[in-house]
Amino acid sequence: MSYRRVWRKCVNGVMLGLTGLCALVTVSVLFFILGYLVWHGGRALNWDFITRLPKPVGESGGGMANAIVGSAKLLLVAALVGLPVGFMGGVYLAEFGDRTFSFLVRYTADLLNGVPSIVMGIFVYTVVVLPMRRFSALAGGLALAVMLIPIVLRSTEEFLRAVPQSLREGALALGANKWRAIATVVVPAAARGIATGMLLSLARVAGETAPLLFTSFGNPFWSSGFNEPTASLPVMIFTYALSAYDDWHRQAWAAGLVLLALVLVANIGARLILARKQSPVRG
Amino acid sequence: MNGFANPVVMTSIPMTDKPAESEPKATAVSAPKIAVAGLNFHYGAHQVLHDINLKVEEKKITALIGPSGCGKSTFLRTLNRMYETVRHARVEGQVRLDREDVLSMDVSALRRRVGMVFQRSNPFPKTIFENVAYGLRVNGGGRGANLAEKVEASLRRAALWDEVKDQLHKSAYALSGGQQQRLCIARALAVEPEVLLLDEPCSALDPIATAKIEELLFGLRQSCTIVIVTHNMQQAARVADDTGFFLLGRLIEFDETKLIFKKPAKKETEDYITGRFG
Repeated sequence: MSYRRVWRKCVNGVMLGLTGLCALVTVSVLFFILGYLVWHGGRALNWDFITRLPKPVGESGGGMANAIVGSAKLLLVAALVGLPVGFMGGVYLAEFGDRTFSFLVRYTADLLNGVPSIVMGIFVYTVVVLPMRRFSALAGGLALAVMLIPIVLRSTEEFLRAVPQSLREGALALGANKWRAIATVVVPAAARGIATGMLLSLARVAGETAPLLFTSFGNPFWSSGFNEPTASLPVMIFTYALSAYDDWHRQAWAAGLVLLALVLVANIGARLILARKQSPVRG
Repeated sequence: MNGFANPVVMTSIPMTDKPAESEPKATAVSAPKIAVAGLNFHYGAHQVLHDINLKVEEKKITALIGPSGCGKSTFLRTLNRMYETVRHARVEGQVRLDREDVLSMDVSALRRRVGMVFQRSNPFPKTIFENVAYGLRVNGGGRGANLAEKVEASLRRAALWDEVKDQLHKSAYALSGGQQQRLCIARALAVEPEVLLLDEPCSALDPIATAKIEELLFGLRQSCTIVIVTHNMQQAARVADDTGFFLLGRLIEFDETKLIFKKPAKKETEDYITGRFG
């Protein structure tokens, strides 16, 4: 065999090994985290954890029921504010916008997407928390909504763009006006993808800690309504993990496990929605 | 091809005796359904149609033929103003539907009167029933039993009823290509348009599905004025009463179909229909 051929085989082997190794590292990191969480969190996870309030320092036991409900409240506010805005903006970008303005909006959304989440927190702290003179679930939810908007906007836009132009023309040719065509044909055709994008974006912000630190803050008790400081799973993890108590460390692991389980459920749900027997666009 | 209406055998067309004058004969006394005069069409700086003058007779089938890119589809899209979905499209001239000005009419009302079927079937991702009902719902026409009745009537007119009556609530994507195209025709017919525009409706279909659609068009002629753009000259010869030949954005010749195919007045037309065309 010629020298060249041997050399090529060597390069091929090395590259194959290298790429495979990197793939393996990626997967094993994920499984390592998963395993570690399940190992530590699983032991601390019990019925009390999801039904009880936190115990004062020094007493063992207790749970994070308030943080689980708090996270749900924050996500609710984020969804109510962020999803409609992101969705409508996406519809505008995909269906209306003139070129310059669309470019501007799209670019801004991408920038916003890359803004560190703690900056979102400071922003909402300045415009909501300071004027209201209190930390609240509302402020935390708004901070998450600000993060949600660019993600939902872009995913909605992409899925709408994937709808064939012929469907729009078909509706217009029957006398539908543009809004009607979008609402009754284009959006339904992309509905599955749009819903998936929304679910994934919620899963993504569910784990955010930084924007909540000085917006929803935290609360060792139940918070009523949306106008009080509110506990949330990520902030609880942050606080408990930094504490000096073993019991709190265990609880932080359990909270991590619960959070991960929620995110995982949202992810799998999203995949299921997308994979549900999709009709081909052309028969 | 599976022709049913005197297919014109191309080789037998006499090429020698051309009529001396090229003026179209005055075929009908009644006013034309669609009258186009001095129509110019631009995409930005690019002019696609040059000074088109043409009259479409009521309840006849008018075919538009010509090579790709000659502007025939663009012309069709001026008749229901579908060109408006394209940026920088500009029209000058006159298009009249029953003497009314198409270019200034309410566009939804226009498209209700002038239906369109596209080159590739484009059923909505909805059930067969909802596809046909769509136009009716959009135009606020009919609900309940009345709606169901109209849907059935439209599917019958499109010769699709017998094939789909047991699966009205299944996805339209379950149908074959030819069935999907007839579904699109049914969908267009549901709002009872006065004119039906078809943009190469058979170009993605096999000969059997094509024959079915041609047969269907023949039946529709009694109730509807039809304008069909086609690449397929045999198709024009089979179904059309009048035929127009487009070349490079100009309407070269417009006349009764048999004259166009047997005694074309213009050299370009003759070259095109005999396949002597570069």
